[in-house]
Amino acid sequence: MTPDRDADALLPLPPATFHILLALVDQERHGYAIIQDVEARTGGELRLSAGTLYRSIARMVEQGLIAEVARRPPARLDDERRRYYRVTPFGTAVARAEMRRLTQLVRLARARGLTPEAT
Amino acid sequence: MMRLYRALLHLYPAGYRAEYGGELCAVFGERMREISGPLAPARRALAAAADVVPNALAVHWDVLRQDLRHTARALRRSPGFATTAVLVVALGVGANTAAFSLADYVLMRPLPFPDPDRLVRLWQATPEYTNELSPAVYRDWKAMSTSFSGLEAFTTQPANLVGRTEPRRLETVLVTPGLFELVGVPAFAGRTIVPADSAAGPVAVLSYALWQAQFGGATSVLGQVVRLDGVPHTVIGVMPPSFRFPNRQAEAWTPLVFREDDYEDRTDTYLYGVARLRDGVTLERARGEMAVVTSQLGRQYPKEDGRTGAAVRRLREEMSARSRLLVIALCGAALCILLLACANLASLLLARATARARELAVRAALGAGRERLVRQLLTESAVLATIGGVVGVLTAVAAVPLLAQLVPAALPVAEEPSVNGRALAVAVLLVAVTGLAFGIVPALHAGRSSALAALRGGDRAGGRTQRVRATLVVVEVAASVALLVSSGLLIRAVWNIQARDPGFRAEGVLRVRTALPLPKYDSVSRREQFFTRVLREVRALPGVLGAAYVTGLPMEMRGGIWGVQIVGRPPIEDESNGVSLRYVTPGFYATLGIPLLSGRDVSDADARDRPYVAVVSESFARRHWPNESALGKRITVADDERTVVGVVGDVRVRGREQESEPQLYLPYRQVADGAIRNYVPKELAVRSAVPPATLLPAIRRIVRAADPEQPVSHVRLLSDIVGEETAPRLTQLRLLATLSLIALLIAGVGIHGLLAFTVAQRSRELGVRRALGAPVGGIVGLVVREGVGLALAGVAVGVLVAYAAARTMGALLAGVPPEDPVTVGTAAALCLATALVGCLRPALRAARIDPATALRAE
Repeated sequence: MTPDRDADALLPLPPATFHILLALVDQERHGYAIIQDVEARTGGELRLSAGTLYRSIARMVEQGLIAEVARRPPARLDDERRRYYRVTPFGTAVARAEMRRLTQLVRLARARGLTPEAT
Repeated sequence: MMRLYRALLHLYPAGYRAEYGGELCAVFGERMREISGPLAPARRALAAAADVVPNALAVHWDVLRQDLRHTARALRRSPGFATTAVLVVALGVGANTAAFSLADYVLMRPLPFPDPDRLVRLWQATPEYTNELSPAVYRDWKAMSTSFSGLEAFTTQPANLVGRTEPRRLETVLVTPGLFELVGVPAFAGRTIVPADSAAGPVAVLSYALWQAQFGGATSVLGQVVRLDGVPHTVIGVMPPSFRFPNRQAEAWTPLVFREDDYEDRTDTYLYGVARLRDGVTLERARGEMAVVTSQLGRQYPKEDGRTGAAVRRLREEMSARSRLLVIALCGAALCILLLACANLASLLLARATARARELAVRAALGAGRERLVRQLLTESAVLATIGGVVGVLTAVAAVPLLAQLVPAALPVAEEPSVNGRALAVAVLLVAVTGLAFGIVPALHAGRSSALAALRGGDRAGGRTQRVRATLVVVEVAASVALLVSSGLLIRAVWNIQARDPGFRAEGVLRVRTALPLPKYDSVSRREQFFTRVLREVRALPGVLGAAYVTGLPMEMRGGIWGVQIVGRPPIEDESNGVSLRYVTPGFYATLGIPLLSGRDVSDADARDRPYVAVVSESFARRHWPNESALGKRITVADDERTVVGVVGDVRVRGREQESEPQLYLPYRQVADGAIRNYVPKELAVRSAVPPATLLPAIRRIVRAADPEQPVSHVRLLSDIVGEETAPRLTQLRLLATLSLIALLIAGVGIHGLLAFTVAQRSRELGVRRALGAPVGGIVGLVVREGVGLALAGVAVGVLVAYAAARTMGALLAGVPPEDPVTVGTAAALCLATALVGCLRPALRAARIDPATALRAE
C-alpha cells in the first residue's frame, strides 16, 4: 500500500467508514469500543451491528485505511479475544479528504443562503 | 444464543470467519447484554439473523467482486491463455449444445399431437418385409382388435389442383374419416374431416402452408370449391401450421372412402395404419393382441395372410435405425469434443497454477487462506467457462438450423431444429461442469502444494502436476484418434456406397412428373395418346438422346413389390418371388442407360390385343432359370400370364445402401382400363446432350399442348435424386470430419502446451546437460521423445475405443470392417504428425537454451 495513493479515489466514504475512522483518530480501540464511541458521538443515532462493523473493518484493512495493532494493553485489562485497530496515515489522509469534501458541500449550501434550521 | 450465532457465522466465507469470527462473537455478546425484557430470547435470535445474513451475503459479494477484478486483471495479462481457454470451452459447449438440440428434436421431443406416446403405426409384417395394409386387412383389424381407442388409415395420392393459376401438383393425403379425431388436432379454421363426410360430396382440408401460398390466407376459402384431379372438392377447413401429418410434405387431406370391391383383393396393400392405444393398454399388450388377430386371419385366409403378422410401432419410432444412429453418433462425437475440451482446460489451468505457484505462495504467505486461493482460482475458471459457454451457445444457435438435413423426412414435425430451453439447460450444466469440476482440481492442487514448495525451490514443485497433465494429453490424443477413426470409417463407407454401381447412368437425365389425373385418364388409349404425343415431340427436341415414361424412378419409388409365379411350377408361397413392378414406355432402358442383356425392349406393338409380355432383370432370370435362358419363359403377375421377352441389367431400386428386389417391367399398354392405377407411368425421363434445364420450357410447352390442364411438377435431375440418397450421410460426415479436426487441433494444442511448459521448467536441467556436452540433437530428441511417447500411448488407447465405437455403428459402415487398417493407420499417422508439430516449437526452444544463462539463474 503506497501512502501517497490518491485519497480522493475512495470518496465519498460510506457513513460507517467515516465514523470508524473518527473513532480511531484519537486512540486505538477494539471493535466493541468503536461501536460504543460511534453511538455516543452520534447520540445513539448510528448503532453498528457486529456484522456491519467487521465487514467495514475488513474492507478498511484491505484498503489500508486502518491496521490491526500488534501490541496490546496489559493482559489483565484486556479480553483475550479482542483485537485493537489504529488508523493509518493513509486513513487519516482519507478522513481529511472526506472532511474537506463535506466542508466544501456545506460551504456551497451556505453560499446559497441555506441554513440547517428553517427560518 | 451464542451457539446460534456461531452456527450462523458459517454463512461467511471461511477465511473471513477465521479472521473475524472471534471478534464478531465478542461484540455480538456485548450487544446482546443490551437486549432484555420479556421477549429477549426471540429478539436476540432475530437480531443474530438480521446481523449475520445480510452481512454475510455482502461479504461474499465483496469477495466475488474482488476475485472478478483480480480475474479480469490476470486474464488481461495473459491474453493467449484466456483466448485458448475460452475457445476450447466454446468448442466443447457449442458442439454439445448443437448435438443435443438435434437429438432432442429427433429423438426426444414429443410429437406435436395430444398424448403422442399412445399413437402407433400399424404394418403388415412377414419375417422378411413390412408392408402397408390392404383395405380388407384394415377392415378386419379394426373390427377384431380391442387394444385401440381408434384405428384409422391413410394413403398418399398426389392430385392435380387445377383452376387456379398454373396447374399445381398437390401432395394429398387420403384419410379415413375418423383419422383427425384419432390424431386429436383441431382445425385452425373451419373443421376437420368427420365420418359424415364420406356420405356427402367430396371435401378437402388444406394445410396452413398451402392455404397461405395458394389462397393468400383468406378465410373466404372455406366453402370454396377446388378441383383436385378434375373432381370438385369443397374446402371445409385449414390445419394449423404445426400439423404435418403424416409427414412434412402433406398439403391437403381428403376423405378416403372404400367401395365394396376395394375389399376383395387382400394383397392390394396401400394403406398406412395408425391407431391410438386405449388408456391402460401397453404397447406390448397391443402387440400381443395383434398377434392373436393376425394368426386368426391367417387361418381364415391361409393363401393371402398365412404368414402375415402385425408390426405395431410408436409414431416416434417410425424412422430408420440409420437416422437414429446418425444422430447418436453425432452426440458421441460431440461428447468426445467436450471431454477433450475439459481435459485441455484442466491442463491449461494446471499449467497456469503451476506457473503462478510463486505468486500464489507469496499470497498464501501474506495470509490469504487456502480457501481464498481456491476460491479465486475457481472464480477464474468459472469466468472462462462462462465466456466460453456464451460463445459456444451462440455458435450452436447459428449452427443448429444447418443440421436440418439430419432430421429424418419421415418425422411429422414442422419447424427446423433450434436451440430450445432444454438444450440451454444442458449448455449451462456443461459450463458448470467444465468450469467448476475441471477448475477445482487445479485449484485444490495449487492450494495444497504450492505454498511452501514453491517458495523453497520453485521449479521442481510441479512433478505431480506434470504427471496429471501428461495423463490428460493421453486422454486428448485418445479421444481425437477415436473420433478420427470413426469419421474415417464413415468416409470409407460413403465411398463404398458411392462406388456401388446403381445399375443406370444418372448423368444428363432430367426428370419431369406429369401425373395424369384419374379417372380422367382411366382409359389406356387416352393415356396412350398423351404419352405418344409428348414422347414424340420431346424426342424431336434438339439435343435429346432419349425419352421415356415409367411408373417410378429407382431410388425414389422404392416399394411397389409384387409377387410373381412361374407358370408350370408349384406356387411360391414366401416372399422370395417379390419383384419391383414398373410399367414403362419403349426406350426406358436406353434413356436410363440400363443395359439390355438379351431379347428386346418393350415395344409400341405390345398392345392389349397382343400377347402379354414382360422384361425382367438379370437377377430375376438367374434366380428362377439359373442354367437356361429366361427368354420365352412364362410367368404370372397380377393375374395375367406373360412371356419374358427381354432381360436387362439390375438396378438398385432401394438405393445403394440396401439390397433390392429384382425388377419386372411391363409395357404400359398391357393393363385393363382403370386397373392398377397407382402404377400408371407418371415420370418422364429425358436424356440429353445439352444442359437439361434448357429443355424445360420446351417440355412444358409440349405438355401444355397435349393437355392444358396437366401440371408439370417435380422437375429434377436424376443425378440429384441419386445424390440426395447420400446427402444426410454427407452432411453428417462433414460434421464429423470438422469435429475430428477440431479434436486433433485441441490435442495438438494440448501436447504443445505441455511440452512448452516442460521445457520452460526444465530449462536449467537442459542447460546443465548442454554445458556438460550433450549435443543439440540429444536435447531436441529428449523433448520430442516425450511428446511422441504420450501421443503413442494416446493412439493405442484411442484405437481400442474406436474399435468398440465402430462395432456399435456397424449398420452405418456399409461393409467396411471396424478394424479397417487404412483408416486406423491414417488416423494414427495424422495424430502422430500433429504431435510432432506440437513438439516442434518447444524442441527448438530447448535447443536454443544457452547453457551459460541457464546456469547463471542457479
